[in-house]
Amino acid sequence: MTTVSHQELAARGLWHNNQALVALLGLCPLLAVSNSLLNGLTLGLATTGVMVVSGSLIAAFRDRLIASIRLPLFVLVIAVTVSSIDLLMQAFLFELHQTLGLFIPLIVTNCAILGRIEAFACRHPVREAGLDGLYTGLGFSGVLVALGAGRELLGQGTLGSLTLFDGYQGFQLAMQPPGAFIALGLLIAVRNAVVSWLRKP
Amino acid sequence: MTQARASLRVGLHLGAAVLLGLSLLSLIHAGVASRISEREARALKQHIDALLPPTSHDNDPLAEVTVPAAGPKTALSPVRVYPARQGNRPVALVAEVMAPGGYNGTIHLLVVIQADGSLLGVRVLSHRETPGLGDAIEAGKSGWIDRFAGLSLANPPPSRWAVRRDGGDFDQFAGATITPRAVVRAVKKTLVWFAANRDNFIAPADGA
Repeated sequence: MTTVSHQELAARGLWHNNQALVALLGLCPLLAVSNSLLNGLTLGLATTGVMVVSGSLIAAFRDRLIASIRLPLFVLVIAVTVSSIDLLMQAFLFELHQTLGLFIPLIVTNCAILGRIEAFACRHPVREAGLDGLYTGLGFSGVLVALGAGRELLGQGTLGSLTLFDGYQGFQLAMQPPGAFIALGLLIAVRNAVVSWLRKP
Repeated sequence: MTQARASLRVGLHLGAAVLLGLSLLSLIHAGVASRISEREARALKQHIDALLPPTSHDNDPLAEVTVPAAGPKTALSPVRVYPARQGNRPVALVAEVMAPGGYNGTIHLLVVIQADGSLLGVRVLSHRETPGLGDAIEAGKSGWIDRFAGLSLANPPPSRWAVRRDGGDFDQFAGATITPRAVVRAVKKTLVWFAANRDNFIAPADGA
């Protein structure tokens, strides 16, 4: 077990191993909730919170885990974390929960969370596991926000509470699941283009 | 024997973890439950005020909550009702209804019925329907729920109180029939309940 530096964790989580653009994990919640900027931002932050908390918890108990039942234990920890966040949002962010509450339980299905716990958190110290969760979550949130903003702008001509184009007719495809796939494909293409441009001598 | 003992150990380990997780959640729930119900009460009041203008009545409906007894299967008894009166004149009855048969559990509805039996409106208080499909029953997501305003058991006639798929007058959503069907059925059955029980719940306050 080697220690991983803060910078390296950040670079991996945000860029080199971005869960949505490189690992292509967690696409179900990603595509389902990225139809507006507010949805994307809120769900991104909630996912980040779940990643930090569940990753740190698993890391804290990593020496006591029984290998054969580690996966059910991981799922249990993630489910408890998500349910707690659901309850806390209901108590402290009631209005937001009224509009987004349906999507919060979907966070459990995000395999990127389970993936990071299995691949990283269960064999690293708490601090590193927490930082890995933070940067992986932020990298995921970045994609959610970009997709949400792009789809909302194209689909409805609005961005949060701003109406950017008056009298815009709307573009249904951007709001529908196929539009989400196309937008994600374009984002991946842009990332790949940047990567190959950076590699050029 | 050692095999059995190892399995037992693993099982106990998992069981203990589940118990720990459940206790933690119960603890958090106990901590925020009063805050959540306070917020829900405030949201309920906002929904009621939106459907039933505060100037239309001079009592406080929320202070006169009653819990109707369960009735026959053909009607749907609300879980709570709140009468609205102007002086001694009954204005409307606000009913909280748990609609069965949603795609994912019951749908918690607010049904406001005027004294003459016509609907002032219907709102969804909470539900667990599919995001993006069934959630169009929310007032904020589409105008579907506004369709109920002004309707009664006579308009449309009872046989047409159903979604189009079932030969009725109400639109379903593309990809989601079960959710609107559950709402339409529940609203109809609430009106049936109201027709039979009206006098018990919005009689004049002093019984005169």
